[in-house]
Amino acid sequence: MPSFWLVIVLIALALAGFVLGRKRALATAGGDMKQLHSLPAYYGHHVAFSALVPALAVLAIWSLVQPSLIENRVSDMVPASFVEEGHTIDLILTDVRRLADGLDAAVAQGALSEAQAADLDAGTTDIRALLGDLGVALGADVQPEILAAAQSYRGLSDTASTAKAAVVILLALLGFGFAYQRTHKDFRARNVVERGVMALLIVAASLAILTTVGIVFSMLFESLNFFGLHSWRDFFFGGTWAPNFRGDSDLSILPLLWGTLYISLIALLVAVPIGLFAAIYLSEYASAPVRSFAKPLLEILAGIPTIVYGLFALLTVGPMLVTIFGKGDDGVLGVEWMSGATSVLTAGLVMGIMLIPFVSSLSDDIINAVPQAMRDGSLGLGATRSETVRQVVLPAALPGIVGAVLLAASRAIGETMIVVMGAGAIAKFSANPLESMTTITTRIVSQLTGDTDFASPETLVAFALGLTLFVLTLGLNVLALYIVRTYREQYD
Amino acid sequence: MSDISQTPSQIATAGKAPSKHAGSLLAQSPHTKKRNAAERRFRAYGMAAIGVGLLMLLILVTTIVGRGTGAFQQTYVTLNVELVEKKLDKSGTRDLAAIKKVTTFGYAPLIRDAVAAKVAELGIETDLKPKALAGILSKDAAATLRAFVLENPDQIGETVEFRFLTSSRVDGYMKGRVSRDSIANDKNISPEQLDIVDAMVGAGTLETVFNLDFITGADASDARPEAAGMGVSMLGSLFMMLVVLALALPIGVAASIYLEEFAPKNWLTDIIEVNISNLAAVPSIVFGILGLAVFINYMHLPMSAPLVGGLVLTLMTLPTIIISTRAALKAVPPSIRDAALGVGASRMQAVFHHVLPLAAPGILTGTIIGLAQALGETAPLLLIGMVGFIASNAPETLADGLLSPNSAMPAQIYEWAKRADPAFYERAWGGIIILLIFLVTMNTIAVILRRRFERRW
Amino acid sequence: MNQITALDKTVQTNKTKISARNVNVHYGDSHAIKDVNVEIEDNTVTAFIGPSGCGKSTFLRCLNRMNDTIDICRVTGDIQIDGENIYDPRVDPVQLRAKVGMVFQKPNPFPKSIYDNVAYGPRIHGLAANKAELDEIVEKSLRRGAIWEEVKDRLDAPGTGLSGGQQQRLCIARAVATEPEVLLMDEPCSALDPIATAQIEELIDELRNSYSVVIVTHSMQQAARVSQKTAFFHLGNLVEFGATGQIFTNPEDPRTESYITGRIG
Repeated sequence: MPSFWLVIVLIALALAGFVLGRKRALATAGGDMKQLHSLPAYYGHHVAFSALVPALAVLAIWSLVQPSLIENRVSDMVPASFVEEGHTIDLILTDVRRLADGLDAAVAQGALSEAQAADLDAGTTDIRALLGDLGVALGADVQPEILAAAQSYRGLSDTASTAKAAVVILLALLGFGFAYQRTHKDFRARNVVERGVMALLIVAASLAILTTVGIVFSMLFESLNFFGLHSWRDFFFGGTWAPNFRGDSDLSILPLLWGTLYISLIALLVAVPIGLFAAIYLSEYASAPVRSFAKPLLEILAGIPTIVYGLFALLTVGPMLVTIFGKGDDGVLGVEWMSGATSVLTAGLVMGIMLIPFVSSLSDDIINAVPQAMRDGSLGLGATRSETVRQVVLPAALPGIVGAVLLAASRAIGETMIVVMGAGAIAKFSANPLESMTTITTRIVSQLTGDTDFASPETLVAFALGLTLFVLTLGLNVLALYIVRTYREQYD
Repeated sequence: MSDISQTPSQIATAGKAPSKHAGSLLAQSPHTKKRNAAERRFRAYGMAAIGVGLLMLLILVTTIVGRGTGAFQQTYVTLNVELVEKKLDKSGTRDLAAIKKVTTFGYAPLIRDAVAAKVAELGIETDLKPKALAGILSKDAAATLRAFVLENPDQIGETVEFRFLTSSRVDGYMKGRVSRDSIANDKNISPEQLDIVDAMVGAGTLETVFNLDFITGADASDARPEAAGMGVSMLGSLFMMLVVLALALPIGVAASIYLEEFAPKNWLTDIIEVNISNLAAVPSIVFGILGLAVFINYMHLPMSAPLVGGLVLTLMTLPTIIISTRAALKAVPPSIRDAALGVGASRMQAVFHHVLPLAAPGILTGTIIGLAQALGETAPLLLIGMVGFIASNAPETLADGLLSPNSAMPAQIYEWAKRADPAFYERAWGGIIILLIFLVTMNTIAVILRRRFERRW
Repeated sequence: MNQITALDKTVQTNKTKISARNVNVHYGDSHAIKDVNVEIEDNTVTAFIGPSGCGKSTFLRCLNRMNDTIDICRVTGDIQIDGENIYDPRVDPVQLRAKVGMVFQKPNPFPKSIYDNVAYGPRIHGLAANKAELDEIVEKSLRRGAIWEEVKDRLDAPGTGLSGGQQQRLCIARAVATEPEVLLMDEPCSALDPIATAQIEELIDELRNSYSVVIVTHSMQQAARVSQKTAFFHLGNLVEFGATGQIFTNPEDPRTESYITGRIG
């Protein structure tokens, strides 16, 4: 872990900088703290930050950029004939990288000397067997071109890492020296340090934007790759989802979207009435003790991890539904409508339970935002509480409740574990809730786990699915937040 | 007011018209009765909704407890095994390298003999061959024996008492999960073997006791559900949480301080704010895709590493921490800032010396809740490869813990739920109990912190 | 108008509409109303005055049992309307409130159309057999609320879009639409500008012909202008009750005098 040691060195430099900077400042003031412009610690911070922050920033950026630069160089070395039909260079590069890592490991474990590793000849040495002994598994025998590329990869990485360490330490020393030199009793250390801290705060706040950009770009690029390999018409307008790892798959989102929306609809049919009535009861009827007892209990449902709900769907609700609908004469209803535990209804019901507290606490907030004067007005006219709720409070709270339902819908659409475990894997258009169906999130998981080949449309489609999911949920959230915000402003 | 003057007569007559509320207040009119009935119905719907919600919670909790507590108990059989020297150490030199050459297959006969001896000692009549008798033991037994011998080579030649795991079927039979009817088509166990089990129970050789290995142990392969434990995946979760805490807390607090205390009201700040509230609602699986694309495919960090899991969960938890930290900062009254500024502190000093310490309990509460959320999250972990293998080795160093493949608690539960043998389901439920104990503890700490330090200004 | 006009008002005696005996109200541990006895007459405007927190609004809310909606509030004593105790367990507060209408401090039209605001009471109480009758009730009520001319062309517009004074008159029309016998008004003008206040005061004077009106106000001038009877509350006690002219010119209790002359309040 050279970067790790680099960071340790930087931290040590910074600590030294703090001590020395503080000392020097006090020395220039003849040991009298009152002569200083700022408190002594600020001079220390100034030197420490100057040594640490730019160097760390360069280290981080360098580490981010280095792999892609090196891969660009190396990929030029791989002959075009190596790239198979329908695949990208990425696969070859993975081999190159694995080989290079294997050689590094061999050197580290002492199986090869540095010189031996550099002079390996694919023709004479069985590198695969050699590395296999060391626990590095290679997919295929090593071809000379790949070995050459791997050697060059190692060389470049080595050079780059050395250069990185040199540049970073040099920068730290420069920062240290410059700041130390500037340290003087009249130097406005506090202002400089505070400006620096402010810059760090801004960087931290911008990370949110960076994350969003990262999400969008990581999915956008791979989605574009996907649409380069697969027709976008089939993706958006085709009718079949049938991935086939020998190629020539039908990859249409529509059946998945249907499954997603169907399950979400059932979940909302469960969660919205129960959640809404629970919220109404808690905010309009319940006495303080009942409220303080029931509300936190309901909210526990929201804090339970989704894996628990998934397990509940798979092992409890699914089998229960099968005994009701699917056991033929042995079952409760004596019908045979359901063949397996996974179904739209299984996932929908459990997701509905998960969403009850979500809907109820959002609605509770919204109902409480309706001014008491409205209720008084209605009660003062001789309306009963239920008349007040139905005819005054709910109409007044309607926009907010619509927003809450949209947020719940977005939750349902993006939910993964419950549908992975409870919905099934069959993509189809069917209106029968007892059949097993699949969803966008389920397919993302199944396309991206196990053996993945990031050059095949069957894997890349997951990114297009993810991007669609992101856009869908983002749209719902923005709309919902907008509605809720406008609603709140109405009563503020 | 012209309309009033136009219709004085109307007002006068209206005033004298017989009131529609002519009846006594003491008697309910039929219309009121109907309305009150509607009121009662409406109220009943509300109570029913609360009831359904609480009932679901009750069902969920009883299911988890009912099906999961079994995992904390395990059936063991106590046997005396003679560590035959000529089988384990032919040379008799106690040379570890030589002893290591004997694989678990070499130990199987010892166990077979030990079972047969025990059956004979207890005087149980049976037609079963020693191999079938040994079938009531876990496939793990030989490995246990081998590990013991490698630890204590000097014991070779002695007869040592061992407590072996029984097979998951026997364990299930003891716990009532497996019955004689249900094993009709099960080739892993036969009714005759169960007769032996019954006899051994009677003799006190075979008993079901508390199973610490489930809490501290590692996962086991498909064939040995009785040996699977949560310990290693707990460590995986622990390392992920360390990463989340080390990154999300400082970054989240820094971002909140900027947004709450210093950010000018402009479009950039608006974008950041909207961004944060939207990130909080992005499906967790999308963060998994981000992690896969950026940390694994682009930066080539190792698959299945808790470091990557921690980074992904950090990004996911940040909005939660930022939102609660901002609420905590907002709750500190402006008068505190004014007081600090008034004695000549800079704005930065006012924030770091006064506002931040006062907001610390709130920030801590929010962080704990964010961590609890991250601890239970599964979906993104699936994409960065934290399921699908057997997390069998506990990491030894910090770097190892961060970078070598591991699982995490929820991922381990998912892994067990996917396996074919129903004995793993009990493990999955048991795992959930452990996970929920962690979550409940964290949330309780958060609530206590909030109560303890809640301040009213 | 000024205080002098109050003197000129003829004080006539009408039959008693509401009579309160030994009314006590507790909010949790605090004793908000102490042993209040008062007789409120029909076709009269009765004003409750007193410094803020004296219990005048609390007492007003006892008269249609609006205090029932507050959990910690406990009312004891005897309040009779037309000789029937309204705290009798057989009394349904819903029916009571139809008979005793209320107008609140802040105009609180529902977020519905003007028409639906006024039609709300008649609809829930089943006062109209058909649409035509309902139309008639709405028009009549809006006329009595002295707002018909202003809104007759936009009955479908939302009630929240009106100006503050119009909203309050709409609320009065809404209260009148259920054909109550008593109208309670809790500082109905405190959120309004002087012109709107004058319009409402004029309206209150008209309403006296049909209802017994009880108005809580913190403005002594307003009490003097609109009421025939005045009750002065102080620290939960009903200090003095009598004809408005007499209270303002010749109070019997020194506390009343101090309040009127501005020494307490």
